[in-house]
Amino acid sequence: MGKVIVMTSGKGGVGKTTTSAAFSAGLASRGHKTVVIDFDVGLRNLDLIMGCERRVVFDFVHVINGDARLNQALIRDKRLEHLYILPTSQTRDKDALTREGVERVLTELREQFEYIICDSPAGIERGALMALYFADEAIIVTNPEVSSVRDSDRILGVLQSRSRRAEEGLDPVREHLLLSRYDPERVERGEMMKVDDVLEILAIPLLGVIPESRSVLKASNVGTPVILDPQSAAGDAYRDAVGRFLGESLPFRFMRPERRGLFQRFLRRSA
Amino acid sequence: MNILSFLRPKSTLPTAEQAKERLKIVLAHERSYASAPDYLPRLQNEILQVIARYVELEQDKLTVKLENFGSTSRLEVNIDLPKTAASVVAGPASQADRKSDDPDAAADEPATDARAVL
Ligand SMILES: Nc1ncnc2c1ncn2[C@@H]1O[C@H](COP(=O)(O)OP(=O)(O)O)[C@@H](O)[C@H]1O
Ligand SMILES: [Mg+2]
Repeated sequence: MGKVIVMTSGKGGVGKTTTSAAFSAGLASRGHKTVVIDFDVGLRNLDLIMGCERRVVFDFVHVINGDARLNQALIRDKRLEHLYILPTSQTRDKDALTREGVERVLTELREQFEYIICDSPAGIERGALMALYFADEAIIVTNPEVSSVRDSDRILGVLQSRSRRAEEGLDPVREHLLLSRYDPERVERGEMMKVDDVLEILAIPLLGVIPESRSVLKASNVGTPVILDPQSAAGDAYRDAVGRFLGESLPFRFMRPERRGLFQRFLRRSA
Repeated sequence: MNILSFLRPKSTLPTAEQAKERLKIVLAHERSYASAPDYLPRLQNEILQVIARYVELEQDKLTVKLENFGSTSRLEVNIDLPKTAASVVAGPASQADRKSDDPDAAADEPATDARAVL
């Protein structure tokens, strides 16, 4: 039986889609059969980030409406044999995702896949509620910034009261914090909250710290999950986070400013 | 696109240029749908349902394109039809990882190209 994991945040633009792409590719590259679903109906973007935008004919909403079978809508990733993408629809119909429809699709996916990653839209409206409702685990994507941390706190409240696990009195959704767009230089200068500050406020286990990194834009330009870029610090940080998710205990990296060049280090030491 | 871009492999294009190319293609497609009649999604669905009665529809063996020509537009549905009768709607769809308009992919199994232009 597959596990349903939601990437959620409340706030938009914090890195949910980047994380969904990275995590699903990371799990699949370790041999776990994984599907990543775009829940952002009307604002489809996961297909672009995964680089499969030209291959979409059928989508999530077609499957929910019975206009296509699940296997017709699943797009097999061209790079990773265990990775599939279920793109969303561009429809403006807000009610396209019904709870029964989503449940039916997720139940079918649980039979075929080990991990089902749900890329949530921003907000706490229908789309976001649908994405988290059936979750077994939640990865809260947060930036070290006041509005993002507050929205993460809101979404934790929603998970604890309005998810299926909460409503049915089952074990609660397992929560993980993924702190993204972390800039150690600014943290050092006192301009950005540090990891411990955010942890103190949200008080959920830390899964990873993803540094602010230029390679994320490059990866999205070409439609490749950043975790597949071996040169990228963000890619390394995502690989570590996936490892931790799978139970490995790995030291946290990229939390201090990058080592400077030899010359600058010499200057600092002599200063 | 300039002449030089033919001389270097696609992967060495600056990533920003790749982003622009990808966006142009996907937006041309989406814009044509945005200006299409309201019944288009239903029409397209029904066409695909009919085709699905005869062949196993796989996303990668199917392209649907809408092109605008002034006051009219053209819906083009391209499907790879397997020549063997055996593959007519049976068993679970196994996703083949190719696009029907990818010329190098067409060789591994005999297929006819069915094209419906409406
Ligand atoms: N670690 C990072 N470093 C730099 N830019 C990032 C990072 N993570 C995400 N971004 C950028 O932030 C923006 C929003 O990311 P996205 O994943 O689309 O967020 P969401 O899905 O939460 O709206 C994108 O432009 C993305 O490239
Ligand atoms: Mg997103």
